[in-house]
Amino acid sequence: MTKKDIGLLLLILIVSAAVAIKNPLFLSPINLANTANLIGLFGIVAIGQAVVIMTGGIELSVGSIICLLGVLFVDLLVNFGLPWPVVLILIMCLGALIGLLHGLMITRLDLQPFIVTLCGLLIYRGAARFYTADATAGFKFGQTFPTLEQMTIGRIAGVPVSFMAMLVIGAVMWVVLHRSVFGRYLQAVGKNEEAARYSGIPTQRVIVMAYVICGLLTSLSAVYFAMYTKSISPSSHGNFYELYAIAAAVLGGFSLRGGEGSIVGVVLGAVLLQVLQNLVNLLGIPSSLNFAVTGSVILIGVLADTQYSKYRKRRL
Amino acid sequence: MAEPFLILSDICKAYPGVQALDHVALQAAPAEIIGLVGENGAGKSTLMKILGGVIRPSSGRITIDGQSHDALNVGQSMAAGIAFVHQELNLFDNLDVAANVFIGREPLMGGPLRLVDRKKMAAMVQPFLDMLGAEFTPTTPVSALSIAARQILEIAKALSQNARLLILDEPTSSLTMSETQRLLEVIGTLKARGVCVIFVTHRLNELTACADRIVALRDGRLAGHLAKADISPAAMIQLMIGRDLKSLYTPPRAAASALPVLETMALTTAAWPVEQVNLTLRQGEILGLAGLIGSGRTELARALFGIDRPLQGQVRVNGQPVPPGDPAKAIAAGIFLVPEDRKQTGLLLDLPIAENVVLASLPAHARAGMVQAGRIQSTGQRMKGELDIRAADVAVRAGTLSGGNQQKVVLAKWLSLSPRVLICDEPTRGIDVGAKQEIYLMLRRLADSGIAVLMISSDMEEVIGVSDRVAVMHEGRINGILQRTELSEHAVMQLAVSRETEDGAT
Repeated sequence: MTKKDIGLLLLILIVSAAVAIKNPLFLSPINLANTANLIGLFGIVAIGQAVVIMTGGIELSVGSIICLLGVLFVDLLVNFGLPWPVVLILIMCLGALIGLLHGLMITRLDLQPFIVTLCGLLIYRGAARFYTADATAGFKFGQTFPTLEQMTIGRIAGVPVSFMAMLVIGAVMWVVLHRSVFGRYLQAVGKNEEAARYSGIPTQRVIVMAYVICGLLTSLSAVYFAMYTKSISPSSHGNFYELYAIAAAVLGGFSLRGGEGSIVGVVLGAVLLQVLQNLVNLLGIPSSLNFAVTGSVILIGVLADTQYSKYRKRRL
Repeated sequence: MAEPFLILSDICKAYPGVQALDHVALQAAPAEIIGLVGENGAGKSTLMKILGGVIRPSSGRITIDGQSHDALNVGQSMAAGIAFVHQELNLFDNLDVAANVFIGREPLMGGPLRLVDRKKMAAMVQPFLDMLGAEFTPTTPVSALSIAARQILEIAKALSQNARLLILDEPTSSLTMSETQRLLEVIGTLKARGVCVIFVTHRLNELTACADRIVALRDGRLAGHLAKADISPAAMIQLMIGRDLKSLYTPPRAAASALPVLETMALTTAAWPVEQVNLTLRQGEILGLAGLIGSGRTELARALFGIDRPLQGQVRVNGQPVPPGDPAKAIAAGIFLVPEDRKQTGLLLDLPIAENVVLASLPAHARAGMVQAGRIQSTGQRMKGELDIRAADVAVRAGTLSGGNQQKVVLAKWLSLSPRVLICDEPTRGIDVGAKQEIYLMLRRLADSGIAVLMISSDMEEVIGVSDRVAVMHEGRINGILQRTELSEHAVMQLAVSRETEDGAT
């Protein structure tokens, strides 16, 4: 854990303690489990986003991908009646394919990540709405998928499976990012793509892989979100989720210039965002202020961090 | 000589653990060209930054026109007519020449909108461009200017601020011979107009040509002065390093073998699409590659290393063709490039020395795809020892090292693998004399061990001193190859500036 991670953890503990004192419901098992579930869902998206941000890129289309793949997931499962493992694999392949396309457009055609994924945001949202004719996609009455439900919205010893899935993914990605050769290449490419290329690193392949990983994790989370909401209204499902993911990464110490950040940080960032959502609900703050509270805390957090590092630099 | 208008006396500057300047004195009089020399870290930059008002001295006095100060701030320094042309130029290349000259003090049309009076601005800039003999106009976009022209622009900017003391910090490090000559003429013009120039450079021949006197610094102290009559490279080197540098260059241990290692067959790059390069690099030799900037040398290096895909032709190593356009393939074939711009393309400045050294060979420092921190450390330590990289530890960030030590880290990255061909693009640019000698020694040792070295350089002394043979490029092709016995500045220049015709007449 870096100093930044510890600072973030402290902030989470302080905010949590304050909420718990104001409203003891915060610590009730049901609230904790709900919050943990949401942390799991958003955490998986944020980890994918973080890998892309590490290369100095950005993936703005994740919210729309969650919507489009969610709609397709429900449709294939309910209306086409395909077995769920097949559907799951199909959806993840689609996610990887979208990532591959984005990566290739960015590296081979020299397009800016912001533009490619902004267009993706618009295209996938439109595709989802067109596909369903703007009708809500959902499960039929009485339809159940016991194994799938256990693996997504189920709980083991009271802990949501989604949260555990996020921890496992986090652990794997921690090893990939912080211990593997590929992870070093990601960091090198993010820090200085030219120098990485001059060292014989296949920079284009590394960047494409980052978008593929992001697509894969996003597709997995699309399945989790679909199972969690059970019904998907294509015009609003997943709206702004890319911004939650980016916010979690930034809170976790990722630099949008690339080359900096840790997986522990982005997971903690996802935790803090959900704790803040919870705070708005539990403290009876008007829910219209939800975004404003989240935005303010992120701003204050990032401000404190830059001021602190400036202060430390001056003392050196 | 005229009265000095600027007197620095007893200037000291201490940083924690380092005495950067120790009782240094300097005087500047109108129409005087002062050469300031010293190894990197001798305190030249610190002294110049004190003049520019960027750094406060720990103690000492600065007297300008009889008025005494403890320290200057940037405003006072500018008001006193002190102007700085930095080594890394501070220009906005998205704007035109006039806009750059007047940035921050644009003439206005008047009125509440504060619109820029572009006509007036252009008219105000023109006289300075005329005076400097510039070949561009006030409306030329800076992005279209060569580095040499940008230097001229920086000087014009300084003159427009009524500079009477102009500090040039290594202005010629990226200029060709003829451009350097041009700049020296401009300095002559400035002197004639009564401007004092402080010229900081590692290229001692230039100072011999133009300086009125030399001030040498060593380890933060004044090492000595030279009057105009006494200026010579040998005398300056002696002051800078405190001893006689017997020879900067090491002769080869034995004659290079005739065995070709690297061959280019009709190689054509995008810079000169109608020309072909046929070049053979032999085992154990240092082949100098001379030529003007823009003659296609760097493009050749980039094509050899696979950064750019050549339009046509082939590169072979030991008779085997190297797949084009992929640095990883070139590295696999044993071709390594030490690039021209080590900060942008050679190093990851934020990463530690050890990480930089193993960057190209990470898979060899990993087991099952996982990097092994211990092995990275030990390789880093080993290369640090072998190349004498001066740093407290291999965990030190590469960006904090001096230019010479940074270059050694780039070299270490390749030497930890086993090169067959080492291409060095301007290997000693911005590096002090002591570190230069080490780099030359290293290149010679590598060549003696059987590696073929291709050294691209614009420093004529270096090309002639270091190379076994010199290939001279002119407008995209090899204009001629000189053997060691035929080497002279004149011969190299001749090939660099004009096309060799069939009968040899030029």
